[in-house]
Order: sequence, then C-alpha cells, then structure tokens
Amino acid sequence: MTTREIRNFIIAAALLALCALLPVYGSPYWLTMGTTMAMFAVLATSWALFSGPTHYISLATAAFFGVGTFVTGLGFQSLPFWALPLIAAGIGAVLAALVGLVTLRLSGVYFVIFTLGLAEMVRQVVTWVQNQTGHRGMYVLTSITEREIYWMLVGLGALVYLLGWLIGRSRLGFALRIIGNDETVAKHLGIDTALAKVALFMVPGAVAAAVGAMLAPRYIYIEPATAFAPLLSFQVVIMALLGGTGRLWGPIAGVIPFTLLWEVITRQAPNQTLLLLGIAFLLIVYVLPGGFVGLWDRLRRRYGGQP
Amino acid sequence: MTRPILEARNVTKRFGGLVAVNDVSFDVAEHEVMGIIGPNGSGKSTMINMISGSFAPSAGSIRLRGAELAGKPAHKVSRLGVARTFQLVRLLPELTVIENVMAGAAFGHRRRWGHEAEHFARGLLDRLGLGQAMGMPVSALTYIDTKRVELARALASDPKVLLLDEWLAGLNPTELSTGIALIRSLREEGRTIILVEHVMDAIRSLCDRCVVMSSGAKIAEGTPAEVLSDREVIRAYLGDDDA
Repeated sequence: MTTREIRNFIIAAALLALCALLPVYGSPYWLTMGTTMAMFAVLATSWALFSGPTHYISLATAAFFGVGTFVTGLGFQSLPFWALPLIAAGIGAVLAALVGLVTLRLSGVYFVIFTLGLAEMVRQVVTWVQNQTGHRGMYVLTSITEREIYWMLVGLGALVYLLGWLIGRSRLGFALRIIGNDETVAKHLGIDTALAKVALFMVPGAVAAAVGAMLAPRYIYIEPATAFAPLLSFQVVIMALLGGTGRLWGPIAGVIPFTLLWEVITRQAPNQTLLLLGIAFLLIVYVLPGGFVGLWDRLRRRYGGQP
Repeated sequence: MTRPILEARNVTKRFGGLVAVNDVSFDVAEHEVMGIIGPNGSGKSTMINMISGSFAPSAGSIRLRGAELAGKPAHKVSRLGVARTFQLVRLLPELTVIENVMAGAAFGHRRRWGHEAEHFARGLLDRLGLGQAMGMPVSALTYIDTKRVELARALASDPKVLLLDEWLAGLNPTELSTGIALIRSLREEGRTIILVEHVMDAIRSLCDRCVVMSSGAKIAEGTPAEVLSDREVIRAYLGDDDA
C-alpha cells in the first residue's frame, strides 16, 4: 500500500468511529436522522458502484429494499435477527442476477424504465399473494432498538466502502469503466460485458435487500405500498447524483445535505414534497452535472492542486 | 508460403436481401501483411467485422490456428488473439492515454494487470512516439495521436492477428509517411496484419499480398503489383472504358 492509501485508511477509520459513536453523544433526534442518513448512504453508495461507471441508471432499489423488508416480516419470529439481512442479501443478489440477465442487454432509457417497472411488478406480485392468503400487511414487532439498527447500517456501510475500494482496484472495476465509456470497444478488448454487468449489478441488489431487512423493525407495520414505494429509488438516484458518482465518497456527500433538506421539506411543505424533489433533480442535472465530486475536481484543477 | 494462421472459407454475409460478402475465401500466413482493397461498398469492412466478431457470417468459416471464430462473440475472438482498430477512431474518452492502452492489455489475448500492464503500456507508447502524452486525457490529442493510441491499445493484448480498418485514412501527407513507417516497423517485428486500405502508396509499400473485393466478391488475389495491373481490378475501380 502507498502512504496515501494508508492515510486514507486512517481517515476512513476515524470517520467510521465518529459515525459509530453517534448514539453515545447524539440526541435521540440525531440518532433518527443518523439512521436515515446511514440508510441512504449505504443505498446510494452501493447504487453508485454499478450505475456510476456504467451510466446505467437503475430505479430498482425499491424492489430489492421491499423484498428485504418482507424477508424480515416473514422470518423475524422463527429466525435469529442477524440471519435475516444475510438471507435478504442472498435473495436480492439472485433477483438482481435474474433481472440483470434479462435487462442488461437493454440500454439507455429502456433499462431505466424496466427497473422502475420491476419494483411495481414485485409489489403487485406480493399484493396478489397476500390477497390469495387473506393477509394485508404484517406487524414487525421486535426488541430491536433504533440504536442497533443504526449500528447494523454503519457496519454494512463499512463493508460497502471496503467492497467498493476493492472493486475499484480490480479488473472488474476497470472493465465496468471501459463499458461505461464504449461498450463496443469493451467487447473487442476481450471483456465479457454481460457477465461483468450482471456481476456488479448483484452488489446494489444484495445491499438494498439487506438494508430493507435491517430497517423493517423501524416501520413496525409493513405492507407492499410502503415497502416498495418508488420514491425511495428516486431519492437514492438524486442523492448519489448530487454527491457525484466518480469517487467512492461522492454519494455520502450528497446524502447528508439532501437528508437534512428533505427533513425541512417534509416538515414545512408536506404536500409539495414530490414537486420539490423534481425541482431538486433538475437543479442537480443542470447546475451540478458531476455532483459535488465534479465540483471538487474542477476547483482542485483550477487552483492548482493535484487531480 | 508457411502454414496459414487465419483461414477464411466461403464466407458470406447477408443483410436481408443484400449480400454484402459473397463466398469469399483467403488465407493469411504468419508474419504476413495482407491488404483487403476494393471500391467503397465492396464488403471490406464487413469482412473485418466478421473476423473480429462484431457479427457472425451467414455462412462459411473463419479459423484462427484451427479455432473457429465465426459466430463467436467479440470478446471471445479477442481472447483468442484478434485485435482491431476501428474505421472511425474509438477511444475511451474518460480514460487517460495510458489507461486506454492498459484497457487493451488487461482483458485480451495475453493478459497483463497492475504494474506489469502499466510497464507494458508505457513501452508501447514510447515505441509509438507518445511517451510525452501518457497521463493526458485523450481529448487533448491530435488526430494522428488518437490513431496511435488506438493502435497501441490493439497491440497491448499482443494479438496473433491485428486488423487495421482504414487506419491511414484522413491523415495529411506528412502524417501519412509517419503512419506508413509505423506499420512497416510492426511488419518488421513479425506481426501478422490484415489491413483494409484505400491509400495505394501504403498498399504498395506495406502489403505482401492483397485480396481485391468488388460488390462483395473476391475478384483478385496476389502481390500488390499483380493485382493493381489486373484488368478486372482496374475495371472494378475505374469502370469499363478505362480497362
């Protein structure tokens, strides 16, 4: 490892410790905010691992997340809680692989629409199954506290960052960047583009399902309409783009300010949330095309720092 | 002629009712530079695209050292040892010059990774006269330099057969002589090259043999001097009156 990598590792470990200690020094209000931020940080960072280099915008987060919440809803009484995120991750990865095999031959807007439709389809299937069996929603009453949910998310976050760092150095990560630049060239260079894309698409699928499983106790009552809400997919995309997908730290730089902003919006203008979300999206695309990462790189270049 | 490294047999490609390549066969020997020439629309690029796996022939076989290439996807063809450049240069715009070349080294026929790939890419860029441009974004390059980077990327996998699709097109006279010298140096180090080309000077000075195509069919084969004086070839290029 280079000295620079060692320095970055120490900084990352210190920040992680600072995050992990939030329940100790923060108020309950900040713990709640912290849990929401941790959730979006994990979702947006894992989303960017795939969608950042390939430029394939996935709106499937809600599908995987919802599957995760239902894993907990169905399993929390019979299985130890720690096993549920693992099972959810496994199911999420398999579902992502299946979706990937079908959709990753699609490009551009077709892929976007399909992933959006996926969440809706899974929701309809779950609703149908519930109707057949006479259920509506489920109560998830556990002894899991907010603080434990938060710690699970921070742990998962650390794992996602580590994984992202490893992928970034690997041939798979390099292959994905080449695919994002020019898929035809990628094929002619010897990259099995379908395999590379499916392999990496499984990461956000597994992670989002695990996050759903961890967060289910927070909702207490889960039903398809809330568990598979498409809003979640859009929020993740907007936060990741606000932060920028070019660097591993990009998405979280978008998650923190956006979660705070969202808190203000939902409190001050609860009826206009979608409108304001749309405006925020337009502003990001027009004013900050590369997100905070792009802005940071531009400033560094202008003021003579090292790129 | 030594044992052929690449054998095309009765290769045909139909796009709907259009026959772009019609029953074409030829061999390429190891260390040979073979030109595919012919008027516009004669099926040269289609031939290159079939060899490189961009699309499958409708009929016929293309063998590389006995291994069938026809119908294989491009990434498998690449791993078996065929590298190519594109008629319109295709670099990876968000990657630096050296990363573009490392991309060629990392996944193809002979794989290199990490420091080894970087070292190898540096060596190639130095050889092609791009030693100063390694860390530059590709958007900062001149036209001939983008072509050099693409060539370096193709060479980075150490291919058995290199396909150059009009690599010399669009160069000015000075650049052209540089470009021809560059390909000649590849030929001298023993590379097997198939080039599609319109520049006659390049064909005369570089090719051991040529295949001439017209309207999808092979109409002549031989040394450049032979085929360029062939009546059939002159008729294909210039029309009946001049033949």
